[in-house]
Amino acid sequence: MENDLVSLTIDGQKIKTKKGTTILQAAKQAGIDIPTLCFLKDINEVGDCRMCIVEVEGRRGFATSCIQTVEEGMVVHTHTPNVLEARHIILDLIISNHSKDCLTCTRSGNCELQDLATKFNVLQVEFEGERTEHKIDDLSPSIVRDFNKCILCRRCVAACKNVQKIGAIDCINRGFESCISTVGDHSLNDVNCTNCGQCIEACPTGALHEKETIDDVWIKLKDPDTYVIAQTAPAVRVALGEEFEMPIGTNVTGKMVTSLKRLGFDKVFDTNTGADFTIMEEANEFIERFQENDNLPMITSCSPGWVKYIEMNYPELLPHLSTCKSPHQMFGALLKTYYAKKEGIDPEKIYVVSIMPCIAKKFERQRAEMKNDGLYDVDNVITTRELSRMIKQANIEFTKLEDGEFDSPMGEATGAGAIFGTTGGVMEAALRTAQDTLTGENLEKIEFTQVRGGDGIKKATVNIAGKDIKVVAASGLANAKEILEEIKSGKADYQFVEIMACPGGCVMGGGQPIKSSKIRSEIDVRKLRADALYSIDEKSTIRKSHENPVLKKIYKEYLEKPGSELAEKLLHTIYQKREKYNI
Amino acid sequence: MHENENKKIKCCCGENKKDEFMEKLFSQYQPIKDNLIQMLNEIQEHYGYVPMEAQKELSEFLSIPMAEIYGVVTFYSRFSLKPKGKYNVSVCLGTACFVKGSQKIMDRLQERLKIGPGETTKDGLFSIEETRCVGACGLAPVFTINGEVYGKATVQKLDEVLDGCFGDGDKKHLKK
Repeated sequence: MENDLVSLTIDGQKIKTKKGTTILQAAKQAGIDIPTLCFLKDINEVGDCRMCIVEVEGRRGFATSCIQTVEEGMVVHTHTPNVLEARHIILDLIISNHSKDCLTCTRSGNCELQDLATKFNVLQVEFEGERTEHKIDDLSPSIVRDFNKCILCRRCVAACKNVQKIGAIDCINRGFESCISTVGDHSLNDVNCTNCGQCIEACPTGALHEKETIDDVWIKLKDPDTYVIAQTAPAVRVALGEEFEMPIGTNVTGKMVTSLKRLGFDKVFDTNTGADFTIMEEANEFIERFQENDNLPMITSCSPGWVKYIEMNYPELLPHLSTCKSPHQMFGALLKTYYAKKEGIDPEKIYVVSIMPCIAKKFERQRAEMKNDGLYDVDNVITTRELSRMIKQANIEFTKLEDGEFDSPMGEATGAGAIFGTTGGVMEAALRTAQDTLTGENLEKIEFTQVRGGDGIKKATVNIAGKDIKVVAASGLANAKEILEEIKSGKADYQFVEIMACPGGCVMGGGQPIKSSKIRSEIDVRKLRADALYSIDEKSTIRKSHENPVLKKIYKEYLEKPGSELAEKLLHTIYQKREKYNI
Repeated sequence: MHENENKKIKCCCGENKKDEFMEKLFSQYQPIKDNLIQMLNEIQEHYGYVPMEAQKELSEFLSIPMAEIYGVVTFYSRFSLKPKGKYNVSVCLGTACFVKGSQKIMDRLQERLKIGPGETTKDGLFSIEETRCVGACGLAPVFTINGEVYGKATVQKLDEVLDGCFGDGDKKHLKK
């Protein structure tokens, strides 16, 4: 509608845009890029850092373009000498209180502050003086906070408090003492953090990063007595390439496998096979619970950030959670039992490294329940980012690698396992197996598109074997909260619920390559990565977990059937109420 | 079982349960975010500080994360995390008082009580606060004890008032 349009001029270009648009957005529509720092589209639009200031004719002072909306007849200049000088000073002030150890920073080369400093040619920081000094918090198994690198942009706070509705961190104290921290300035390990890592993905600098554990992997790889096995989650293969300048959503499965073999792993297996086991167990559990109307809806349990969330916030709903371990834990347990026995390897000498898009898996791995006969199912969890660092440290030219193949016999996986990495994927994979099991047929309809896509909550009713089953897939903990409140109040009539802690699912996990604010506002990263997973599924010859020959074999030779005593022991787990604050 | 299972949360004051005051407070307010500051005010008034346990209960009641409440408590100088002394001495370091030499009063106060701003003496008798303007610039320099204003202050005057506060000594200098 013409009335809803506003005309303005930006850098001499006449633009018409919708009312309510910010100057920043309007400029973007006209192909004019304004630098930002605290801005994170849809997540943190607060005008905190003032890097995006512009001049508006007839107005005193600068306008903060990320929050200032357009007005009729406005004449905007985005890079006058005044604007440039002011931005330079803002940058100087921020850098004056920032650690300047870029050489040893994990975010060097992918730091929005560093990029701006380069752009504005900040060779010498004019402002000298006292600096705030903070201790480094590395007590969490997942997240390290180094607030000497924090620029108080609040992107992490917005991700934690608004997107995930957790609020483990906030701005505390005042003035010079201000910092982003927890209640009582305690470690993240002692507060209501779920280890989802969305704060890390939001951080423009190196103030937040994963707890790196690749040194342990290097040591084990060089130890001749240790049998080191890698297993890789579905979401890793569609994101790892980004760390080597490949387009977002490139499927690099083959190169990833080759690089892992080059790094020296004795065997490289696919967590997707573990995902197939999860589906077998979960579909079986669902059918049993569905038929007995036992604690419905049943909620998935693959996402360790989500599991910690429900343990802390809705312990009364824990009986709804599936008892299935997550795929990599199931797979680890099988590697140290079935596989070890079959290959004649002492399970104590097996060192399982899970390569995950997730940092909550670092926490999950250490849970006391994730052990069998005194051995942890998984010995180390490294993220997609950490793997890329290992590949770079080994000087492997990733993009030139030939495609390798996962090792057998544990390397075969189905398309159902692949889509585990995206929101709605676990649900879809489980429905494929559930419908065949319930009907006793081999049904051709296997795509459940109702639960695909980027929406935070996707509801659907699917008809299986003549029965309507109401399902919902939610991603992001704020959406999880909404569903849980529905269940708590008795309003929910779902039978099956899939929840993933990260918005968009594992493809957008806290261990994935970090995308700058600019990329996040221009490209739908989630969609590209998820599409790549769906395309892996489409191209798979086997797309149903229960048809995976590896599974058939292992169930026949070892586990007997889903839900058997041995399967319960190795593949299922328990949960408990957890205090939010241990302070 | 996780090691934290069954571990009761204790706050600095050792309280585990909601006390009567908090129960009453929750009955007087709607559980909406806007009430945060007002409720913190009442807690501060009642306990003389904002105990961690109270922040935790408030967090549950208002559905506001503890980190955010803690952020508010540590932002406003009105709120304190430690119990204040029986006599809370607050020295104005606002422009007018500062120009008139209130720093000397602050220095003397710290020297005598052997504590810094924001701290409380071990016996719980005194605490020191810095304030920025109490709206009595005409009387600069100014300090207050439990809200009572002492204007045109000098080090001697401070000493006299402090002497009056100790033990069962002569309290004639302390305003009612």
